[in-house]
Amino acid sequence: MLNITSLVKSFDASRGEKRKRVFAVEDVSLEVKEGELFTLLGPSGCGKTTSLRCIAGLESPDSGEIAVGDRVFFSSERNIRVPASERGLGMVFQSYAIWPHMNVFKNVAFPLEVLRRRKRPSRKQIQERVERTLGIVQLDHLASRQATDLSGGQQQRLALARALVMEPPLMLLDEPLSNLDAKLRDEMRFELKRLQRELGVTAVYVTHDQVEALAMSNRVAVMREGKIEQVGTPREVYEQPASRFVADFIGTSNFIDGSIEAREGSVYTVRTQDGVLRVPSEAEFAVGAPVVVAARPEHIEIKPGEDGVGPNLWNGRVEARAFLGEVVDHVVSVGSREIRTRCNSKVSIPAPTAVTLTFHEEAFSLIPAGE
Amino acid sequence: MATTPAVVRTPIARSDAWRRLLSARNLISLVVVVAVFYLAVVPLAFLLWQTFVQDGSVTVEWFREAYSSIGLTGMAMNSIVFAVGSTVLAISIGTLLAYLIVRTDVPFKSLMFAASLVPLIIPGILHTIAWIFLASPQIGIVNLHVIQPLTGGRSLNVFSLPGMILVEGLHLAPLVFLLMVASFRSMDPSLEESAVMSGAPLHTVFRRITIPLARPALYAAILIMVVRALESFEVPALLGLNGGVWVFTSRIWQVLKDKPPSYGEAGALSMSLLVLTSIGIYLHSRLAKRSRSFQTVTGKGFRPRPVQLGFWRWPATLLILVYFVIAVVLPLVILVYASTQKFYSPPTRATLSQMSLQPYRDVIHSDIALTAAKNSILLGLGSATTIMLLMAVAAWIVVRTNLTGRWLIDNLAFLPLAVPGLVLGVGLLFVYLRLPGVHLYNTIWILFMAYLTRYMPYGMRYATTSMFQIGRELEESAMTSGAGWFQSFRRIVLPLLMPGLVAGWIYILIVSVRELSSTIILYSPGKEVLSILIWEMNQNGEFPQLAALGTMMVGALVVLVTIAYKLGARIGVREA
Repeated sequence: MLNITSLVKSFDASRGEKRKRVFAVEDVSLEVKEGELFTLLGPSGCGKTTSLRCIAGLESPDSGEIAVGDRVFFSSERNIRVPASERGLGMVFQSYAIWPHMNVFKNVAFPLEVLRRRKRPSRKQIQERVERTLGIVQLDHLASRQATDLSGGQQQRLALARALVMEPPLMLLDEPLSNLDAKLRDEMRFELKRLQRELGVTAVYVTHDQVEALAMSNRVAVMREGKIEQVGTPREVYEQPASRFVADFIGTSNFIDGSIEAREGSVYTVRTQDGVLRVPSEAEFAVGAPVVVAARPEHIEIKPGEDGVGPNLWNGRVEARAFLGEVVDHVVSVGSREIRTRCNSKVSIPAPTAVTLTFHEEAFSLIPAGE
Repeated sequence: MATTPAVVRTPIARSDAWRRLLSARNLISLVVVVAVFYLAVVPLAFLLWQTFVQDGSVTVEWFREAYSSIGLTGMAMNSIVFAVGSTVLAISIGTLLAYLIVRTDVPFKSLMFAASLVPLIIPGILHTIAWIFLASPQIGIVNLHVIQPLTGGRSLNVFSLPGMILVEGLHLAPLVFLLMVASFRSMDPSLEESAVMSGAPLHTVFRRITIPLARPALYAAILIMVVRALESFEVPALLGLNGGVWVFTSRIWQVLKDKPPSYGEAGALSMSLLVLTSIGIYLHSRLAKRSRSFQTVTGKGFRPRPVQLGFWRWPATLLILVYFVIAVVLPLVILVYASTQKFYSPPTRATLSQMSLQPYRDVIHSDIALTAAKNSILLGLGSATTIMLLMAVAAWIVVRTNLTGRWLIDNLAFLPLAVPGLVLGVGLLFVYLRLPGVHLYNTIWILFMAYLTRYMPYGMRYATTSMFQIGRELEESAMTSGAGWFQSFRRIVLPLLMPGLVAGWIYILIVSVRELSSTIILYSPGKEVLSILIWEMNQNGEFPQLAALGTMMVGALVVLVTIAYKLGARIGVREA
């Protein structure tokens, strides 16, 4: 559906910087399938928005190729550059970019009204299509309202309707929920996902919010400094992060350095400074190779008392605890390091109590050291 | 949805590239860039060329001639004393009043804001003539009724350097007031409050925090006032010539009035004046850039508690009332009074009982006044509309595109700020006397060119300010919705810019109707505009008719300024 090949986009460095050019997007290739909600996830400055703007045609890439279906939008090799206004994609901006001098109806009608005369629907058809689209986002009762009089959530829906009215092959969403308050954001997240699935729209979604990305996407691409670190389903990137960066950015992880001591099938024994861990992994590691074990706090069990030591069974002492409502976090010192655990709020152990930590196997992912 | 259109783009063909190059966007941008360049650069280029090149070789002959005939030191000294004097007066009055209004509990605050509109409402030439009625040694009522009784027969002579400084200073003070009000208001009160919390007493806070924070604005105001006073033509011409006090502007006008006119000398004097004003504007722009890091504006709409003046409230109130009487009441009243007399003489019981509307009838029934009014209105409407349309596109280019050299367009559009009206007049005179094939001289179009150039910077400021307020995404979303450049400019950008464009349009209309200093160089007899007509009436001694015309003009300007301020509540009318 959407194919991006070796996309590169750089900007002039601001004055005083050592580098002449800053590479916002560096050799990004990805493929989005029909009907999929594909998320570009990463911290600010990772190039996700720039990539999206290149797809939209609002930025002109340095090189690479962008195609939607069999329409090539950009190709440095073949010297093709289709202007944004001729790409026919729908885009929802972070600020919604609702035109304040038009009412709700006019905002949605605009994309149809500016079509070339040959393709432009009749006035009546425009009326019908706008009303249908407003119905989809449940704004039909507000059609004659001035756009600036809408609430944040309604503006969000309006922006969505304006992008949908063209029935675009591809929707681009640039952090569309980041301006809403937390409660509304939760609601809109499900709403957006439902709409996307019901209408069968292919969508590229940009966000820095990992919860949003995991909840909504069919697949996620985690970006870092202009490059893609990992592409996979939400479960894959969460449970099998390919790098320390991904494990750190998505969810919370304890990082424990060590080296491979032995291997039995797909289970590695990792020796660390503070004990031994038995870690299942599909990846290939040689015996003796330095590795990092990423351990999710919610899969580490905490019990008062010292129950003896073994693989995946460590002793430590509670240093601090934090009550977070649904869960309780404990920080436990083990030898030279601190391990964070997360358990349901029934368990709450005051500092400084001696405790036993049990690492469940699903807590682990194994990452090559140095990344 | 779901199926994608199966259109395969072929690589751009040659004709396609041409079509793109000649798109509406590029053509319109090109026209605007060329227009800005032509307006800003050509008059200055001709001024340089005509002044320094004679018979194909570079010369400074004209400078020698200009300065030997009148004596450089006398005139330059006068100019500088006049500029510095009126700046000191305007800054002291304006800053003091601004502080009182913004930061203290002094009463009658709205009176001061009304007074600050005076320079917009009363054109400089009317203001100066009103002061002749008020303070000339023979007929000035202030002299007759206040000063002579108090001093035992001596009078305030408005036809002298101190007199000129007084009138110019009073005319500039409201401008300082507005600039300093803006600065005092934008100051973050928490900066001062944190000093109070650190244990500093109020006067220390004022000295160590308030004044240093206001300093950039104060320096900027000083530079603007010096430039304004150097450029001023009305006061030096109407007051200075009478008392034999020459400055640059009056001298330039004089050498062009000689028969035959000495263009070379006018050029040499214009160049000297231009250098002085350019230094001022250059320093001002450097200051503006530097003080950006000094910005004290916060988004909070919080106002600190006003300083309680206590006993000092009474002198402060008196000061404001006296200022209001001197700056607003006296000039307006004397103007209205003069417009009701058959022959002007200072008001006595006898003249006050013989008021008539005859001067108004004279004006309304005079063809020349009607022509002048028509010319002024057409010129005002034409130049305001043209400038705002050009500058809407120029602002878009500067703010939105990454065109190489867009900073140049920005600077060129602001360049005429440094050019005094009289100097611009001389430059345009050279252009349209020498440029072959273009016959604007002796037509009203040469005034049109002058107004376009003079007010381009103001148009640009209004347009860029509003352009910055329009989010880039509003345009981008139009593009992703399928609108091309022209459509998104016409349907999104222009409507959103409109409040700013209209405010700028009215402002330019107001100032162009009163323009005198370039007009006086460029107008041709029979094609007068209102300001020139007033000038001529003053030369001919037709004071009642002049006052009647002036009163009507002030009335019309009050209406315009009111509209501008109603809009300005949203968009901000800056700098009279």
